Amino acid sequence: MPMELTPAPGSTPTQTGEPTDLETRDMMLNIGPAHPAMHGIVRIVAKLDGEKIEDADVEIGYLHRGFEKMAEQVDYNGVMPYTDRLNYVSPLINNMGYCMSVEKLLGIEVPERCHYVRVILSEISRISDHLTCVGATAMELGAFTVFLYMIKAREYLWELVEKVTGARLTVSYCRVGGVKADLPDGFTEPCQEAFKETRKVLAESDGLLTRNRIFVDRMTATGTISAEEAISYGITGPFLRGSGLDYDVRKDCPYAVYDRLPFDVPVGTRGDNLDRYLVRMEEMEQSMRIVEAALREMPPGPVLVNPETGRPIPAAEMVDLAKMGNIGAFSGACAVPGPTLEGSGRAQHPAIAAGEKRVNLPPKEDAYGNIEGLMRQFKLVMFGHGVRAPEGEVYFPVEGANGELGFYVVSDGSGSAYRVRVRPPCFAIMSALPKLIEGDSIADLTPTFGSVNMIGGELDR
Amino acid sequence: MLIDTSFLTSRMNEALGWARKYSIFQYPFVTACCGMEYMATACSHYDVDRFGAGFPRFSPRQADVLFVVGTISHKMAPVLKRIHDQMADPKWVVAFGVCTCTGGFYDNYATVMGIDTIMPVDVYIPGCPPRPEMVLDGLMKLQDKIQDQHTSGKRAAPEPRPDNLEV
Amino acid sequence: MNPSSAITAVTDRFPEAVSTSHTYRGDATVILRRQSLLEVTRFLKEDPEFQMNFLVDLTAVDYSAFGKGGRPAFFASSGVAVSPPPLIPDKDPWPGPPDPSRFVVVYHFFSTTHKHRLRLVVPVADADPRLDSVSDLWPAANWLEREVWDMFGIQFSGHPDMRRILMYEGFEGYPLRKDYPVNKRQPLIGPLN
Repeated sequence: MPMELTPAPGSTPTQTGEPTDLETRDMMLNIGPAHPAMHGIVRIVAKLDGEKIEDADVEIGYLHRGFEKMAEQVDYNGVMPYTDRLNYVSPLINNMGYCMSVEKLLGIEVPERCHYVRVILSEISRISDHLTCVGATAMELGAFTVFLYMIKAREYLWELVEKVTGARLTVSYCRVGGVKADLPDGFTEPCQEAFKETRKVLAESDGLLTRNRIFVDRMTATGTISAEEAISYGITGPFLRGSGLDYDVRKDCPYAVYDRLPFDVPVGTRGDNLDRYLVRMEEMEQSMRIVEAALREMPPGPVLVNPETGRPIPAAEMVDLAKMGNIGAFSGACAVPGPTLEGSGRAQHPAIAAGEKRVNLPPKEDAYGNIEGLMRQFKLVMFGHGVRAPEGEVYFPVEGANGELGFYVVSDGSGSAYRVRVRPPCFAIMSALPKLIEGDSIADLTPTFGSVNMIGGELDR
Repeated sequence: MLIDTSFLTSRMNEALGWARKYSIFQYPFVTACCGMEYMATACSHYDVDRFGAGFPRFSPRQADVLFVVGTISHKMAPVLKRIHDQMADPKWVVAFGVCTCTGGFYDNYATVMGIDTIMPVDVYIPGCPPRPEMVLDGLMKLQDKIQDQHTSGKRAAPEPRPDNLEV
Repeated sequence: MNPSSAITAVTDRFPEAVSTSHTYRGDATVILRRQSLLEVTRFLKEDPEFQMNFLVDLTAVDYSAFGKGGRPAFFASSGVAVSPPPLIPDKDPWPGPPDPSRFVVVYHFFSTTHKHRLRLVVPVADADPRLDSVSDLWPAANWLEREVWDMFGIQFSGHPDMRRILMYEGFEGYPLRKDYPVNKRQPLIGPLN
């Protein structure tokens, strides 16, 4: 923009000939949709006065993939892969939220061990989400080392997730009325090992950031919002808790087994970026505490060996036996989960799935071994069959990594949902972004946007 | 004399190809879930720097490989096209993840059914999202392609998928 | 406040505004006539007994295809129809969609002080899809109402900035309406694939 040097009308030249008030103009700055400081695609048109942001218009929708329309096209369990890709940094929380809302609609309750498995995995997801958020924020403020460290820790957690679900990121692990498979044998040791590494990384990152002058100066008093304003914008999660309101769905509307697990809800006082960073750092520690307690208190699962022979029967061998009609040889035995984790084992089944034949797939042993199991399997997986929910509408919230993640499901009694609506936590935070960055300088946009933790899949769906 | 020059030129081209394939300046056009695996690939565990592609440039003018990472919606398509047009030749395009290859399971009103409908693509890396190992494999395939093009003098990339494609 | 007492409190205060109400699976739902929306929501926000300071969600449902059969069950290879799987019997059935009008707009509220939830359902007719905006009371409604306009074509009068949010300018139709085909594309560039 060319500098305006002519004095504006009405200005009085001083003795040196310089005008006292130069004419100034606001400048429009377009940031995004593809911009290095915007991890995720969003467009911000900022109105600048010098370096100060006077007003901003945020445009979203660049990753709109029609989740809600697709959920009406497929059956209830078919929505699961789509939920993975909502908040793709913590897919297991989305899985859990969706499943629990459909279970509420169906009026069924899953076994206790299943609740524990879901809680453990969603807390691991929460840690990886916070690691990504804090790491990316730090990277954008110049601390690239922290990003590398945190992604390293996330890699350890993803290995855990992979052990359980068979996938690193898009896991599709939960099922309506249960989970796909139980935790693998001896899950506690690798979990403790991964947490040890994560704690080490957190301590290192804490040393690099929390008392770092550059980091603290850029995070303090930027992106400030009060608790009342935050809640009126619908902001929840670490963002709201950074402003001092301790609303956490896990505490205030407890679901699954969160009411008997020990954890604290950290809150900030100033509502700025630094508080939100501190809240996230503390929440990771609390999540690890939840997982450790859950692993201790969880009801024991079945042992995966045939008591007669002392060895488990591989699923493939079981199929061969069934083909020969030799069902007696393995009735009551357990299959070893294959590489795809099918054949989760009959003995495990009651612990991880609700005992409702119209909802849960039978154990693989039954599907392979007897006609009732086979029919039950077909009645659930064939086109036009599957889970049927009664007519009704429910809303069920869970605490996502960014805040309250709710699913509103309407059913008309057919095999697929009539309407699935997600209440995306970062949609609310993004709607407050113009308010958050107003009055700050343009460079403060980066830490504020980082602490919003915008996830495109969840924002635009 | 004629033999000598062509010998020299082809050796020169080979050397250029070798240099280019180990100094890939990539533009990660990250939109969605695949970005998480892109991050994992770029960071310490899998370390894409071993293949000479460790330096992401966020300016199309400075990049020679466009990594399209994640679903492209119809709202985003003009932006992507523009970025591709802004890149200087020679340039290559990698479709990272199944959404960019074919549109994946988002077969609906909002998404582009494969970025090869709007721009030429050199390497397709399927997977939802692809594992880092697979990304590295795709990257090595791209390197082979770069080398091969310089040796044989072929056109950099095929033309986009025809408009009247029967699906 | 528990679900039933919340319903009673709203119904007693606004007997003419509430057309019906129910509690299904523990979710308190109040169905309102659309002219009294602003009055009731203001009361919910400001009344010390309710203090609904948090607008959790605002969305809409298009009931035009409700109960008209989902996907039929048949064998894909032969086309022979088979009976669909049985429903789980429901002891406490849902009363059904609220009104013969096509759309409903659904509000979910939560009070961070009293920790209670309430759902408001407001039927909106197809002929005049228009409703009052609550974005003055909750700034959260600003973007949510824009999304409902974008996806369902329901206008909110009094909204400061009514334009598309997820789709782009030039997109015709409202994708989440039941009569919008799932894969009808309107690309800005490139072929119509």
